[in-house]
Order: sequence, then C-alpha cells, then structure tokens
Amino acid sequence: MNQWTNFTKGFIKENPVFVLLLGMCPTLGVTSSAINGLGMGLATTFVLVMSNLVISLIKSQIPSKVRIPSFIVIIAAFVTVVELTMQAYLPSLFKSLGLFIPLIVVNCLVLGRAEAFASKNNLLSSLVDGVGMGLGFSFALTLLGAAREFFGAGKIFDIVVYPEDYGMLLFVLAPGAFIVLGYLIALINRMNKA
Amino acid sequence: MEYIVIIIAAIFVNNIVLNQFLGICPFLGVSKKISTAVGMTGAVTFVMVIATIVTYLIQLYILNAYGLQFLQTIFFILVIASLVQLVEIILKKVSPALYQALGVFLPLITTNCAILGVAILTIQKEFNLMEGVVYAIANAIGFGLALVLFAGLREHLDLVNVPKGLKGTPIALIVAGILAMAFMGFSGLV
Repeated sequence: MNQWTNFTKGFIKENPVFVLLLGMCPTLGVTSSAINGLGMGLATTFVLVMSNLVISLIKSQIPSKVRIPSFIVIIAAFVTVVELTMQAYLPSLFKSLGLFIPLIVVNCLVLGRAEAFASKNNLLSSLVDGVGMGLGFSFALTLLGAAREFFGAGKIFDIVVYPEDYGMLLFVLAPGAFIVLGYLIALINRMNKA
Repeated sequence: MEYIVIIIAAIFVNNIVLNQFLGICPFLGVSKKISTAVGMTGAVTFVMVIATIVTYLIQLYILNAYGLQFLQTIFFILVIASLVQLVEIILKKVSPALYQALGVFLPLITTNCAILGVAILTIQKEFNLMEGVVYAIANAIGFGLALVLFAGLREHLDLVNVPKGLKGTPIALIVAGILAMAFMGFSGLV
C-alpha cells in the first residue's frame, strides 16, 4: 500500500467515526460545539500517533500473550501526558472536555489501531496511519460539533451566523448528538456508494 | 434519603448512556436482541460494582496516601483490565452456569468506558465507600434500563419499512436520540 492512500483512507473511506463506528463515546459526548470537537480530536490524534509509534518500535519485544495489557499501559501513559499538559496550558478546554480526557484510554479507536495496524506494520506506515486516522477522527468530531453548534446556537466556531434565539436548543443537548450523527452517517454512506 | 437521591439521579436524570454518553459501544453493539442486552447488563453490573470498590480503596490507600494522584488513569485501567480477567477465571471455576451466561460479554467490558467512567466519577464526586457502591449499582441499573429499552425498540425496528439511506446504524442512532429526548423529561426530578 502506498503511503498516500494509507494517509487518506481515514478521512472518508475508512473514517473511524462514520464508517468504522469506533470511539463513539467522546464523539457524542463532547461535540456540543465545533471547538470542543476539534480539541478532543487533536488530543486523541496525539495519543494515537505516539502510541502507534512506540508500539511499532517495540512490537517484537512484547510477548503476544500480554500484548493487550502492554498496549493499554503505553496508551495510558500518553493520555496522562495529554491530561497534565492540557490542565496546565488550556484549563478552559480541559474543563469542558472533563471526564472524556482520561477516557481516551478506553477509546476503541486507539487500542484498535494498535492491535490491528501498529503491531503488524513498520514504523513509517504506523506513523502515517496514526496521523491519518487521528485527523479523520478530528474531522468527524469537528463536523459533528459544527453542525450541532450551527443548528442549536446559530454559531460556528463561536462566530455568529444567525441570532441565537432562532436556534433549536435540542441540538446542543444530548438527543441532538444522536440525531445529527445518524444523519451524518447516512450522508457519508451515500457518498461512499456513489 | 441521600441514597435515594443518588439512585434516582443516576438512573433517570443523568442516565449514564443517554445523558452522559458512557458505554455507547455496547449500547450500539449488543442491543440487537433483548436476551443479549440482559446478559450484558448482568456482566456490567457485576464488574462495575467490584471495580468501583477496588479503585476506591486504591485511590484512598495508595494514590492519596503517597501523593500519586497523577497516576490515576494508568492505575485504574490496569486494575479494571486485570479484574475482568480475574472475574472470568473465578467464575469459570466457581459457577460454570453463570460463566456460560456472561462469558462472551466479559472480555468486552475492559474497553467499556462506563466502568472507568463510574470509577473516576465516584472519586470526583467525593463519595464515601457506601455511597460509591450505591452509585455504581444505580448506574449499572441505568445502563441496563437504557440497553433493554433500546434493544426492544430495535427488535421492532427490523419489521419497519425504513428509508433505504437510513437503514442500519443511522436509524438506530436517531431512535436513540428520541429515547434520549424521552429521558430528558426526567430532568428536574431531583
């Protein structure tokens, strides 16, 4: 597989959220605005790239029987790095993402890529895969966040599009997350078939 | 009285799946039939209560005692992963019937974010051990309620004529949205 297709597959064709349905908890939980979605996406991308990198480097050293716990420890270490860094430099984002930052550890996307890709491929491919998948995840979260913010509050990235009074509050609340994601998946399915 | 408030809040007002978005993967994954949904609920209840007790004691006697709070994420996930393994081994020996019923669901639970989520929330809300246990049981019931209701809806969904583009996951998510809307009716109860 050449590196370019390896990189771009994460955006539409094998998009982790819309097609593979991985990492649904943060996808639904933090996307009440575009900026939260982007922040969560980039945090996950960092963890994904770093854990792919480390796992592909030491894959021959890990006995296959204990590989899953070893992957989890590596992932948890990078999540702690993100957690502490964000707490220090981006306290407001840290507050709005809340519980979902430590929960990156159990994001099936990260462990899934480690198991399915990084533990079988070389360093460069794993790195490209991590960046591509991570950005695809960020793209999906930002799109979902922007759609909910637009319909719910009349804003995109905090830029006012129409007055907030006309917005449908439902889209910012919990049910809106499920409904908007449902329609986005239908849309992407349609695009992939065409 | 306190316990009743915790229970009502966790099951209805802040339902763990439909309001806090924890445990969405099993919610979408094993909700095609009511029987599997019930089995998953049993396994989650079991592990969630044990995990909350163990992580609470670890937080109190290891992390807080030695000032290691920043290791919380690593410690908790390791404890939960090994706990699931341990429960699986013990169940296999002690109660083969229960193991048969819960067996397939147990490995899936390690990556169920509801377990880690409830363990961390118990610490964040500064509950004592008894309140933590009640909170864990209530959340497991809330998870089960949402899962069984959703499985019931999906069983009926198979018989409905859905527009072609929305078949499968999209319509399931939209139904979940409407279910979440129904649960919003409980807000303000506590």
